[in-house]
Amino acid sequence: MNRLLPFEWIAAVRFMREGLVQTLLIVVGVGLGVAVIVFMSAALAGLQTNIIRRTLNYMAPIVVIPPQQVARSLREGGKGAAVLVQPRSQQLRSIDQWQKVRALIERLPDVTDVTPVVSGPGFALRGDANKAVNVIGIEPETYLRVIALGDKIVDGKLSVASSDIVIGTELAQDLGAGVGDKLRLTTAGGASQTLNVTGIFDFGNKRVNETNVYISLHVAQSLLDIVGGVSSIEIRVRDPFEAETIAQIIQDETGQEADSWIKTNAQFFTAMLAQTLTNRLIRFFVGLTAALGIASVLVVSVVQKSKEIGILRAMGTSRGQVLRLFLLQGAIMALAGSVLGSGLSFVFLSLFRSIAKNPDGTIMFAIEIDPPLLAVTAVGATLVGLLAAALPARLAARLDPAVAIRG
Amino acid sequence: MEAPIRPDTLRLDGVRKSYGVGTPVETEVLHGIDLRVAPGEFAALVGPSGGGKSTLLNLIGLLDQPTHGKVRIRGVETDKLGDAERTVLRGRTIGFVFQYHYLLPAFTALENVMMPMLASRGRPGGGMEERAAALLDEVGLTPWKDHKANDISGGQQQRVAVARALAMNPALVLADEPTGNLDTNSADGVFDVLRAVNEASGTTFLIVTHDPRLAQRCDRIIELVDGRIVSDRPNANVVRRSGAVFSESARRIS
Repeated sequence: MNRLLPFEWIAAVRFMREGLVQTLLIVVGVGLGVAVIVFMSAALAGLQTNIIRRTLNYMAPIVVIPPQQVARSLREGGKGAAVLVQPRSQQLRSIDQWQKVRALIERLPDVTDVTPVVSGPGFALRGDANKAVNVIGIEPETYLRVIALGDKIVDGKLSVASSDIVIGTELAQDLGAGVGDKLRLTTAGGASQTLNVTGIFDFGNKRVNETNVYISLHVAQSLLDIVGGVSSIEIRVRDPFEAETIAQIIQDETGQEADSWIKTNAQFFTAMLAQTLTNRLIRFFVGLTAALGIASVLVVSVVQKSKEIGILRAMGTSRGQVLRLFLLQGAIMALAGSVLGSGLSFVFLSLFRSIAKNPDGTIMFAIEIDPPLLAVTAVGATLVGLLAAALPARLAARLDPAVAIRG
Repeated sequence: MEAPIRPDTLRLDGVRKSYGVGTPVETEVLHGIDLRVAPGEFAALVGPSGGGKSTLLNLIGLLDQPTHGKVRIRGVETDKLGDAERTVLRGRTIGFVFQYHYLLPAFTALENVMMPMLASRGRPGGGMEERAAALLDEVGLTPWKDHKANDISGGQQQRVAVARALAMNPALVLADEPTGNLDTNSADGVFDVLRAVNEASGTTFLIVTHDPRLAQRCDRIIELVDGRIVSDRPNANVVRRSGAVFSESARRIS
């Protein structure tokens, strides 16, 4: 008998050891539940992080563009006038006073990085080959903090000095161009410039590798004929899931149009929300099942031990002590279950790693079980255990000793 | 106001108990009990089954409350106490021995004896292990002190229950057929222990029994029939001892 433990602890541990089979069964049950919850949460988080990373690697979470140009009727408000308003074609324009807009956005609390971009259509020519491309003029110092282009370079280096260009692997193949080769970039306006290929990138997306070409901001401004202006401002935020909210704020603050990745990938984002919701639902029911298991084991224990409880009460044990004795059993079983479950979740994880592989044998996506998730689950499980024990504990505390002993 | 120097260990005045109060089947099982038990008495409570003996014992043991009348334990009027206060008073002044021992099977004999002290103090220590060992020695169970409660014989279990009842050094021990479930030999052994403790430490005993042989070994015999005390007399020719020797060790623990 441990001298340091209070009476309730000693008795709770002994009671659980007495019904060892029941205790072990429920601990294993809770453990399985916890393992499922931990593994599912980790798998979902891993899957979502992976998808977001793949989506957001070539795309900024928020892109600010000038507001749409709208055609207006000359006789606005004119009664009875039959007017046909044709939507206006959108020309490439700069964001009005973009430096001010940029400064304004940089001051927002959830925004981590801001970079100006000039982009527009063009053609890449080399020899007989002629490919339509998306010309992107960047300011490397800031751009690389929004889009991790530097990590995607597979050949050469990332350099977009005045006559440099970085192209994708697909385009390099189509044009037959490698690092050190020259190619010619022309735009619809007739401007053109010859540039040196300094690097080749691979974003893991065929379309992006085929069309995106990166050059310096100044060259792009002159090629696309918006000297001194920028066509968009791209923004990275602390939490990608908050992008839409922040985009709304930016739109209200600056009067420009701000599109978040959530809006541009609405379908995909809805699917992800549904996943999250399903995960929560499963977690809730697994938790509920574990709680019911604990409660039923304890109710049986209270009924079995009613005479012993009566005697304990007759010997001067208080109602509070009896109450705590059973609450403790619930909490201890749940905590033990969550420790077991944490261990099991690592087993699940290694199983998953050996099964979920790409055809080429590489890991499909990374799942990490982080200690905070385990800690939160353990605390949560213990609280659920306490809650589950509440009913049996009250039952035990309210036993009338005279009735319990006689019956 | 009465202010006796040494109040009665137990005093009942006009105690009535009804079950099913307020329902059509309301039945009164105790019809006005007056009873005084002085410190150090060794009294038997006898009478036919259904006469109200267990009900009376529950009232005295503060496990239940009378419908009318007063129960005083060492001068304390218990009807004015709340559940928590009654629990404390019960734990400190009354020890119970039941027909079935109700030991906790998850604990050893020694730990079972420690249990009332443990519940009262809240945690182990304070010499309770030594006291429990002395009490077990007293009832002759030292060799079995580390056995689980279910691993010893019925008579031994009941002796553990007696030791447990004495753990808090109670003023009053209530025994409800303490030997009803035992063979004659074991019954004599348990009874000898009770008597020895009474003589050594002056603990008051009130013992419910069906066994006339055991009643004859008490100093006073109270007979309860149909909820009324029909006779209450001192026992002129008390059989003091069955022959076993427990008094020496009993003296040691007092």
